[in-house]
Amino acid sequence: MAVLLIAEHDNTSLKDSTVKSMTAAKALGSPVDILVAGHNAKAVADAATKIAGAGKVLLADDAQYAQQLAENMAALVVELAGKYDAVLSPASTSGKNFMPRVAAALNVPQISEIISVDGPDTFTRPIYAGNALQQVQAGAGKKVITVRSTAFKAAELNGSAAVETIGAAKGPGVSEFVKDELSKSERPELASARVVVSGGRGMQSGENFHLLEKIADRLKAAVGASRAAVDAGFVPNDYQVGQTGKVVAPELYIAVGISGAIQHLAGMKDSKVIVAINKDEEAPIFQVADYGLVADLFKAVPELDDELKKQGY
Amino acid sequence: MKVLVPIKRVVDYNVKIRVKADQTGVDLANVKMSMNPFDEIGVEEAIRLKEKGVVTEIIAVSVGPQATQETIRTALAMGADRGILVKVDHEIEALTVAKILAGIAKAEQPQLIILGKQAIDDDSNQTGQMLAQLLGWGQGTFASKVVVEGGKAEVTREVDGGLQTLRLNLPAIITTDLRLNEPRYASLPNIMKAKKKPIDEKSPADYGVDPAPLLKVLKVTEPPKRKGGSKVKTVQELVDKLKNEAGVI
Ligand SMILES: Cc1cc2nc3c(=O)[nH]c(=O)nc-3n(C[C@H](O)[C@H](O)[C@H](O)COP(=O)(O)OP(=O)(O)OC[C@H]3O[C@@H](n4cnc5c(N)ncnc54)[C@H](O)[C@@H]3O)c2cc1C
Ligand SMILES: Nc1ncnc2c1ncn2[C@@H]1O[C@H](COP(=O)(O)O)[C@@H](O)[C@H]1O
Repeated sequence: MAVLLIAEHDNTSLKDSTVKSMTAAKALGSPVDILVAGHNAKAVADAATKIAGAGKVLLADDAQYAQQLAENMAALVVELAGKYDAVLSPASTSGKNFMPRVAAALNVPQISEIISVDGPDTFTRPIYAGNALQQVQAGAGKKVITVRSTAFKAAELNGSAAVETIGAAKGPGVSEFVKDELSKSERPELASARVVVSGGRGMQSGENFHLLEKIADRLKAAVGASRAAVDAGFVPNDYQVGQTGKVVAPELYIAVGISGAIQHLAGMKDSKVIVAINKDEEAPIFQVADYGLVADLFKAVPELDDELKKQGY
Repeated sequence: MKVLVPIKRVVDYNVKIRVKADQTGVDLANVKMSMNPFDEIGVEEAIRLKEKGVVTEIIAVSVGPQATQETIRTALAMGADRGILVKVDHEIEALTVAKILAGIAKAEQPQLIILGKQAIDDDSNQTGQMLAQLLGWGQGTFASKVVVEGGKAEVTREVDGGLQTLRLNLPAIITTDLRLNEPRYASLPNIMKAKKKPIDEKSPADYGVDPAPLLKVLKVTEPPKRKGGSKVKTVQELVDKLKNEAGVI
């Protein structure tokens, strides 16, 4: 089965989610070609050649792919899809944006956010905020799949695929890019960080997130949040962890002032170790926490900072 | 201009669902059903555009069983003008819904279709994008701000890295994200008025669509349970355990 994996990137660096999605792609068949569609994205294509299992890396380098607008991406992928039996992309906001268009153009259903490949046409995916797992079997047509990359191990990076430059496809010209307002951070990315420190409504203000940032800096962690903290304007939207935000599965997840609604748990319950700091001992977050600390966060978090500092972090 | 607002009837977001013992699906007997929360945001956005004078008519559309009437009534009580119920008695996939909606769009010629970004039951996040492709329209998904002006829609989107703004030719597809607005509650007089608003009943065949499932669901199971619940007494104990027991710091 020939597979096309679409790379997730920002024109400069290849995202870890691509390397993880490769593991899902390889489970389906080979060769697995990787498409890098971007602008001035040669460095990304070069990085993709290192992913073990890559057949070749197709580079479509054109201004119209600079922001990966869904209409243009779909037109390109549909044009390439003829040669492949399956098309995969990480289930990032970008993949979620263009992949359903690809599926509709190919007249096949999309299988969203798979967490395992159970057979050449059989996949498991979470439904109802991860409270149920659905195993589905695809029909005869091409397979269009988005991958929950946190559910797959990263592929090795000892490959040496070749880059093949391809032309742009004609997009429908119905949308145009106006601007990006991207959050800048020196910290690791939320989706792939080894440690995540998240705050909820209990933080009370955006300023108080500095308490968590100090901990995050000591542990080289990313900072996340609950929906309530984002809605209240404490932190930007891209901090949201959950059913309808980002899904994370770090080694360590520290939830501070978060009650543990199912929609939040959906985004973090596959973390290896979960710590909860909450003053309400009945908070549902404690049911999933490996280490729960019933305490006022305004006392416990500064103490945690002191203790980590004392221990040399 | 006309706006189409597709709404889905789903298990209420507060319900803790149960997987059926025979692994055929989720137990929906006597479970509270509501409008998909993202679709309430879609209805609200359409009403606000009408209040601004941009929109003249709001049509709430749902594909589902007869009981879906109630969900359409809720949209009418919020402020939609009329409804279309496309009756299907089994669960239906995003591509099939998108094909039905494309048929309705061809009949109604709306300038804007506002969907939710995701139905909280199947968590698919596909229908709006598929519909956009089928119609050949532009899309502004995961919208947190929408401005319709001069034949274009400017849409600010919630993306992984922050926010992105696009300008779309009309007609266009928009899918809502949580921060777009806060949906209103229907007032009692509006609930009464909604009873008189028309709801058309249609079938997939009216739009030439076969509603048969495309994917075969082999089984639905419960996810593995996490063994949590342990407590620590002090911050010192916490740090010690993270370091020496769990080895994660
Ligand atoms: C369609 C839909 C989608 C959603 N998607 C998401 C999603 O993706 N992600 C998400 O997170 N939520 C999501 N939600 C919202 C979710 O249902 C909850 O409302 C939200 O997660 C609650 O956030 P919270 O835990 O911060 O706030 P709350 O539930 O208000 O909890 C605050 C907690 O802080 C504790 N606290 C307060 N003060 C202190 C203190 N001084 N010290 C210690 N503890 C303190 C309290 O005891 C409480 O447990 C969604 C909801 C809907 C309807
Ligand atoms: N059966 C349906 N009837 C009407 N609208 C639907 C239906 N299913 C999905 N939608 C719309 O498509 C959006 C995304 O759903 P989904 O792609 O299933 O996650 C929903 O928020 C609705 O706006």
